Amino acid sequence: MSRLLPFFGFVLLVALFGFGIWWNTQHDQREVPSPLINKPAPAFVLPRLDEPAQTVSRDSLLGKPYLINVFASWCIACGDEHPVLMTDGKSIGVPLIGYNYKDAANDAKAWLAEHGNPYDMVIVDQEGRTAIDFGVYGAPESFLVDGKGIIRYKHIGPLTPDVIKTELRPAIAALAKETSP
Amino acid sequence: MSGHRALGALLLALMFFTGIAFAQAIDPLPFKNHAEEVRFQNLTRELRCLVCQNENLADSNADLARDLRHEVFDLMQSGKSDDEIKQYLVDRYSDFVLYDPPVQSSTLLLWFGPLAILLAGAVVVVVTVRRRSRVAPVATMDDKSTDEGDDW
Repeated sequence: MSRLLPFFGFVLLVALFGFGIWWNTQHDQREVPSPLINKPAPAFVLPRLDEPAQTVSRDSLLGKPYLINVFASWCIACGDEHPVLMTDGKSIGVPLIGYNYKDAANDAKAWLAEHGNPYDMVIVDQEGRTAIDFGVYGAPESFLVDGKGIIRYKHIGPLTPDVIKTELRPAIAALAKETSP
Repeated sequence: MSGHRALGALLLALMFFTGIAFAQAIDPLPFKNHAEEVRFQNLTRELRCLVCQNENLADSNADLARDLRHEVFDLMQSGKSDDEIKQYLVDRYSDFVLYDPPVQSSTLLLWFGPLAILLAGAVVVVVTVRRRSRVAPVATMDDKSTDEGDDW
């Protein structure tokens, strides 16, 4: 019996490594969990892309849920995401707010002119200073903010039809259920 | 001959200085003194670059890492302690920004797992050795002749 002990030890280690490999295939190691979920969205005041003299603040958006989508013309994955936003953006039931991240205004405008503009409003963070408060570490990223200004859901990477169907729409539906009764 | 040597020395000096100039050009931050710079270097070395993920903030060339270095620098200037600066980043990017994760229920296995495995191995070895020496001390002496060459 005790002769087999090293063998059992070996089997145990193999099982442990196997579990590790399996676990890694189930989880995206590059996704950094946001500590901001269920916390108030950071206060921000950012200019609009089309009217730089006009600013949008967190407080001015209170009252209705909305989806903030971080994008930039230099971001390749945003190019994959864009057609999805064009088809599904209008039907998700909340305003879609573009968050133009570290982009030149002219590049962003040209990009939207070329590919279409799925956003109800585009705000600009050229320095990326507010993005640090949001914990943004790349683009695209999307934040669902409820009417009280609380971040309820975050998606890192491009929104796909699958993500919209299985994650975003249920999250929005849950918000609607909260506010209706 | 000496001309060649002088040229070589000059080239070497040039390489050396351009190397330094390059390192400076990545991030020319206006430190007040050397101690402050050392503190900044130590702090950014303990923080992870979120984009590259296996590099720290001090070494990373990523755009966000540069922004966060400036953020750390600004926080230092405003008189924040190292812990406050780390907390500031943890509030935004979670514990993931720390190279040393804090000891929590979710990280117990990470911190003490290897030690537990080592201890379990040690226990097995001690128990095995003791049992063998108790059960068959003579047998092991006899086995010695056949055991030769296996020792390493």
